[in-house]
Amino acid sequence: MLHGPSAELKEDKAADRKAKLGLKFFFVYLFIYAFFVFLCVYKPELIGERVFLGLNLAVVYGFFLIILAIIMGFFYNLFCTRLENKLNEGGGEV
Amino acid sequence: MIYEVSIGAIIIFIGFVALVLGLSFYFARKTKTANSYYAAGGTIHWGVNGIAFAGDYLSAASFLGICGMIAYAGYDGFLYSIGYLAGWVVALFVVAEPLKRMGKFTFTDALDSKFNSKGIKLTAAISTLIVSLFYLIPQMVGAGDLVVPLLGLPHWVGVVIVGSIVILIVATAGMTSTTYVQFLKGGLLIITTVVLTVLILNKGLEKSPYDGYHQFNSIEASFDAESGKLVLNDPTQGEVIYVTEGAAGKERFAKMLYNDYERWFRLVEKDGSIILEESLSVTDAAGGEKLYNGAEKEARQFYQVGHMYRIVSEGQEVESTGSLNPFNFLTKLEDSDIIIYTKAKIVDGKDNVTVYYPKLVPGKNIMKPGMIFKLANGTGWDKLNFISLMLALFLGTSALPHVLIRYYTVPSQRAARKSTIVAIAAIGFFYIMTLYLGLGAMINGVNDVASSNMSGPLLAKSFGVGIFSLISAIAFATVLGTVSGLIVASSGAIAHDFIDNYLNKQMSDKVKVRAGKIAAFAVGLVAILLGILFKGMNVSFLVGLAFAVAASANLPAIIMIIFWKKTTSKGVSSSIITGILSSIILILLSPSMYERYGMLKTDAVWPLDNPGIVSIPLAFIVLVVVSLLTKKKETVETVN
Repeated sequence: MLHGPSAELKEDKAADRKAKLGLKFFFVYLFIYAFFVFLCVYKPELIGERVFLGLNLAVVYGFFLIILAIIMGFFYNLFCTRLENKLNEGGGEV
Repeated sequence: MIYEVSIGAIIIFIGFVALVLGLSFYFARKTKTANSYYAAGGTIHWGVNGIAFAGDYLSAASFLGICGMIAYAGYDGFLYSIGYLAGWVVALFVVAEPLKRMGKFTFTDALDSKFNSKGIKLTAAISTLIVSLFYLIPQMVGAGDLVVPLLGLPHWVGVVIVGSIVILIVATAGMTSTTYVQFLKGGLLIITTVVLTVLILNKGLEKSPYDGYHQFNSIEASFDAESGKLVLNDPTQGEVIYVTEGAAGKERFAKMLYNDYERWFRLVEKDGSIILEESLSVTDAAGGEKLYNGAEKEARQFYQVGHMYRIVSEGQEVESTGSLNPFNFLTKLEDSDIIIYTKAKIVDGKDNVTVYYPKLVPGKNIMKPGMIFKLANGTGWDKLNFISLMLALFLGTSALPHVLIRYYTVPSQRAARKSTIVAIAAIGFFYIMTLYLGLGAMINGVNDVASSNMSGPLLAKSFGVGIFSLISAIAFATVLGTVSGLIVASSGAIAHDFIDNYLNKQMSDKVKVRAGKIAAFAVGLVAILLGILFKGMNVSFLVGLAFAVAASANLPAIIMIIFWKKTTSKGVSSSIITGILSSIILILLSPSMYERYGMLKTDAVWPLDNPGIVSIPLAFIVLVVVSLLTKKKETVETVN
């Protein structure tokens, strides 16, 4: 059987740059996530400290990780769409 | 626990299931080709696909499992929410677009797109099947749990109902109907959890959760100087039968004749006097009988539990706070003290008894890690187990076959990306609310200690039958939708990857679809059996294991194919096999599974519950080593 996309896709000249951008975003988030895990494991007394609006660091960091994923997702899409519009012929969707 | 069956709940439930089936039959007429069966023809709008992603992902584990885990263990349950959501970052930034470019119908197509290798076809199909089955177990367990209070039926009947309906859905319409069912369910689930969260905040914190909440008794007792036996100071309250042996760090319990039933009380020594605290118990009698607080289920002697012990607001102790904003709810709960129920196992003659006794926990301990994961005073293994879980959750999402196949239902890479962002926003919003739902269940006297999976729906029930009916119907549809997606992925692995591609059977498009439907039927039957076998385990814990298997078996192959040009087909196959075997073997040797076998957790051969920290790097290493060893050979074969 031939392998190929389920829908016909045009050539994406922005693919490499989008992949590099994705990796950068990924490593930024990974670092912040890993630091959270580090705090939970090695600084449990710190994670219970109140830091913002009476909430402790565990809650604030947890909410921050969730909201950060959403915000980074929006920016990633914005930058990727710009790259696609700039590098692909006709600025079309791929 | 016995629940009162609500006619309203049944009507809404049946209406919802009928709607889901109606949608399936409608789309069945449009499903004529393999492309429409496995990938909905690649025509789904990114917005719809995004919410359908959320529908796929917000499975029984999220709604039933996480809420339950937070309700029993506070912030530790919320760690699952954080890990599950973080996993989407890997999916969006690393996997989504390349996979969309490479794949056709299934995850195997994507892995095999560069190689056309029989080894990859076989191993990836096996991996898809195993990961899907691992993920199916908690969904089916959750389905059974849900049907008990909703329809008043036994757990196994719930599992059979879900299995049968899903087989019907998948065997009729495939990915198109699954997508729209997930869209409908995902949207409704988020809306109803918002309503529930508002109700929780509006109620605030109250020491007495509701009228009729069982007031647990504390009885004074003392040891008789002559006989050495424990006797009640007021003999009219009951009679002590015997007291369990004491040991360092071990709770002692008294078996008593109390209100005509044999009940268990925790023995607490305080300031030289002895207090017996009324507890809950489930007895597995030697004859196969199950007793709840010493009585049959129908006697209704078993109670829902969990409440505020002391509420502190603005430095003052109060009876209730009134409505609170989302921040105040968490801070005031942290300032206060809560009664939760924790369990102990007792062997009473030939009977096995699980006693659930009250434990006073400061709010500040509830609101930080530590109730499940022993991080502050734990051993190195405890810490490693936690890191392993967080790693598996982070890397597991982007390796789940039923999530991956959703990238093929949209028309373009941009649509794949946008639908992932919609999914992250919807899922993230939902996960923030899980903290409120779980804590709401913890303090509002709704927890059924015999099933941690039911906290969410039972919390809804405390706010009225209407919202309970709706939530239960949606939760049931949640299970239906997720199981549908998993069965589509599994049937794709069998019919498309194995029969069509690996065995190279020449089949017409119509025969391929039929093969997929027969495979769906077979997988559905296996799922029903597993759902019955694993009854009683927390679904979120089980999903954590599924994530570890997925991350070990699939992710190294996906990542290396995308980013490492020296990857060979043999490297990919070896990595998949290594990931599957190492993760499953370590799970089978883990403490939680030992408990499941009826043995002691401490006797487990392998000390970690989650295998990710070993099996994921191992699969990466095997891929690299085998690829380097076979690089030259494969290049020569390709040239020839």
